Amino acid sequence: MTVGELATKYSLRQLAVCDTDRVIEGVYIGDLLSWVMGRASAGNAWITIMSNINIVAVATLVGVSCIILAEGVTLDDEVIKVALSKGVNILASDNDAYELSVMLSKVI
Amino acid sequence: MNEVVKFHFNVDGDSFTSAGQASVQVKKNLRQIGISPETIRRVSIAMYEGEINMVIHAGGGVADIMVYEDHIDIILEDNGPGIENIDLAMQEGYSTAPDNIRSLGFGAGMGLPNMKRYTDSMEVTSELGKGTKIVMKVNI
Repeated sequence: MTVGELATKYSLRQLAVCDTDRVIEGVYIGDLLSWVMGRASAGNAWITIMSNINIVAVATLVGVSCIILAEGVTLDDEVIKVALSKGVNILASDNDAYELSVMLSKVI
Repeated sequence: MNEVVKFHFNVDGDSFTSAGQASVQVKKNLRQIGISPETIRRVSIAMYEGEINMVIHAGGGVADIMVYEDHIDIILEDNGPGIENIDLAMQEGYSTAPDNIRSLGFGAGMGLPNMKRYTDSMEVTSELGKGTKIVMKVNI
């Protein structure tokens, strides 16, 4: 499933969407950035509650298909701006990480 | 062996939020010269961890990337406080990062271990009060 299809299917908020055709391959959940860098795989949807600007760099370096912010976490405009300039997809939801991963497991 | 390409970056120690710019730039540069995605991922993650460490602990530093025919060298140097016990610092989970850094999602004690994990060789030299130098090599 693509990032765009996922966002539409579950009405996820599209905070920064650069490439809706990016295919989601697997899921990684985590908030410790070094841990995520060490364990997440390219193409993963990365579910986190971390919202500072460094998530954009981590997402770029790992090559995740999208970041999904859980539990209603919001982003500063500056982070959205940087995400758009780096081509990082960011979605958001009021659901928690467990609920989001259950949703994802049904479609990927 | 002939040196192919060199990149040099100054890592700004005052701007934690912009840390990672050098690594993201390296990723871009390596892509342009046709390095494979997996190698780029290893180099840029190892470098990002180093960059973050320099910002957290050393007030910045310099990073040099040298691309040879069969490997890439990453050399990070700072004039920070140095590492008291390198063996301890290399252990996963050991961290001396302050709480404000942890609240940003760093300081999990994974920086140096990740750098080792993603490179084929890594050498750390450090002198208290003088600084730290890390030389990493990634085979292509």
